Amino acid sequence: MVTAETRATVEDLFHTYVHCIDDDDLEAWPSLFASQCLYKIVPRENADQNLPIAIMYCDSQGMLQDRVTAHRKANLYGAHFYRHLVSSIQVLGEENGVIQARANYVVFRTLADAVHYGTTEVYSAGAYHDKIVMENGVAKFREKLVIADTCKISSLLVTPL
Amino acid sequence: MNQVSVGNGTETRWPVEGITRVPYRAFFDPTVYEQEQEQIFRGRAWNYVGLEAEVPNLCDFRTTFVGDTPVVVTRDRDGALHAFVNRCAHRGAIVCREPRGNRKSHQCVYHQWTYNPQGDLIGVPFRGGIEGKGGYPADFHPSQHSLRKLRVEAYQGLIFASFADDIEPLETYLGPEMRHWLDRIFNRPIQLLGYARQYIHANWKLYAENVRDPYHASLLHLFHTTFGIYRSSMGGGVIMDEARRHDMLRAYKRTEPQETAAYKGKGMRTYQEQYSLADPSLLTSRKEFDVELTNHIQTIFPCLVVQQIQNTLATRHILPKKPDEFELLFTFFGYADDDEEMRAIRIKQANLVGPAGYISMEDGHATELVQQAIVRDQKAGSFIEFGGRETDDQENLLTESGIRGFWKYYRETMHV
Repeated sequence: MVTAETRATVEDLFHTYVHCIDDDDLEAWPSLFASQCLYKIVPRENADQNLPIAIMYCDSQGMLQDRVTAHRKANLYGAHFYRHLVSSIQVLGEENGVIQARANYVVFRTLADAVHYGTTEVYSAGAYHDKIVMENGVAKFREKLVIADTCKISSLLVTPL
Repeated sequence: MNQVSVGNGTETRWPVEGITRVPYRAFFDPTVYEQEQEQIFRGRAWNYVGLEAEVPNLCDFRTTFVGDTPVVVTRDRDGALHAFVNRCAHRGAIVCREPRGNRKSHQCVYHQWTYNPQGDLIGVPFRGGIEGKGGYPADFHPSQHSLRKLRVEAYQGLIFASFADDIEPLETYLGPEMRHWLDRIFNRPIQLLGYARQYIHANWKLYAENVRDPYHASLLHLFHTTFGIYRSSMGGGVIMDEARRHDMLRAYKRTEPQETAAYKGKGMRTYQEQYSLADPSLLTSRKEFDVELTNHIQTIFPCLVVQQIQNTLATRHILPKKPDEFELLFTFFGYADDDEEMRAIRIKQANLVGPAGYISMEDGHATELVQQAIVRDQKAGSFIEFGGRETDDQENLLTESGIRGFWKYYRETMHV
């Protein structure tokens, strides 16, 4: 039996996650994950065929932080903003302190470079399949699996979904 | 630069400087794109169409493209490979509507014309009509209505197809040097690990240049240098086939003092050591080749790139879609005999390449930056004289020799 409190906890975490990315507060992004964590963006094409390759794969806090450092300091890409719409959040159950949840997402990407400034496109559609745990009374993602229906990435992907 | 024009209906003239100049028009003119489809992709070229590991079983098929022509690659009931244009011989509909699968026959849904995995027509509904009415004339022969078949050959598990009946054998097309380097990667059975697709808003040839260009590696891709992982003065070189259409770019680590001495103090933005990886497990590599290379980037004209970057192995299939758009399909693989640890290394290091790759996401971006800037000045062109004006093999990475090689063969093939 999933309590209303658990549902609210899950929804709050999703909302915090979305605003963290969409407001370009990426430095806080790793803090939404548990100390032991897994974050993967898997093209649906691979998930459907049981092929293991992810286009972004982080199995530690350090790897999440490295993605943020590279985003800020190393990788080159056109300036852009994301707008996540997350819906149909479903809490599937809770076992041994691990809450399983899923949700649909759509990410609109608005380009902010010199040539395309102000152009918005549907960038990625897919689903989150998550495991959430409480650490020091705060809900964190133990596992966030992004299954991207949009297997074909427009230009590149540098900002997490 | 002199006035230049390439493409149908206009005077065909390349800059007098030759292969060290490329008129920007070549990257956006629809008539150039049309000519390339006929003279390159549907011409005398062996086009990569996939891996044998993608059609391992009898009657497996997968759809892909030769240039932008939709094709199907199949394995027949005897295990032989075939390829045909994915277009019904009746009224032109797509026959295989799924990206991949297993079928003993392929039926067009429009009028249920049915073909075997070789592409031969084996079934036509109401061929003799009903009660003496309708049907096909007496001189209708199914054997004259096969799907448009392509020649198919495979080398070390890489499948290639050609529209040209008179093309040289694949092994000759690849040449001994390229086969040697392909053998380095494809030395035993592989295991598919997955796909990544990138849709790039640029002409396919800008990417063909990019993968033959060692000059940009440490200048555009700042991941390694930002995290203090290597310097630009890595050892390496460029090797081409006799026609200069294929290219093998290899890089290996030199010892630390050599690297630092060669690069430090040049005041370049790429030399910075202030960051380090919070989790360096990303770069945990395992030696697995006799000839150790950090980068093996091999291009087989016109549309294949074979890559080994550390322990990541992949083919990259360049799929032109429009004059200013192409798709890049990464097919990641390991070896069938990989242990669990090796498999985990490959999966983790896939972070380095692909659309979100730490050291490859910029490639598509760079080609788009060119495409965006060249929209009007078709008479202007690029300047390709780094490392000289020739197309010779090089034992260093400070060269655009491979790019000049590409354009040399391109001009011969396109007659421009």
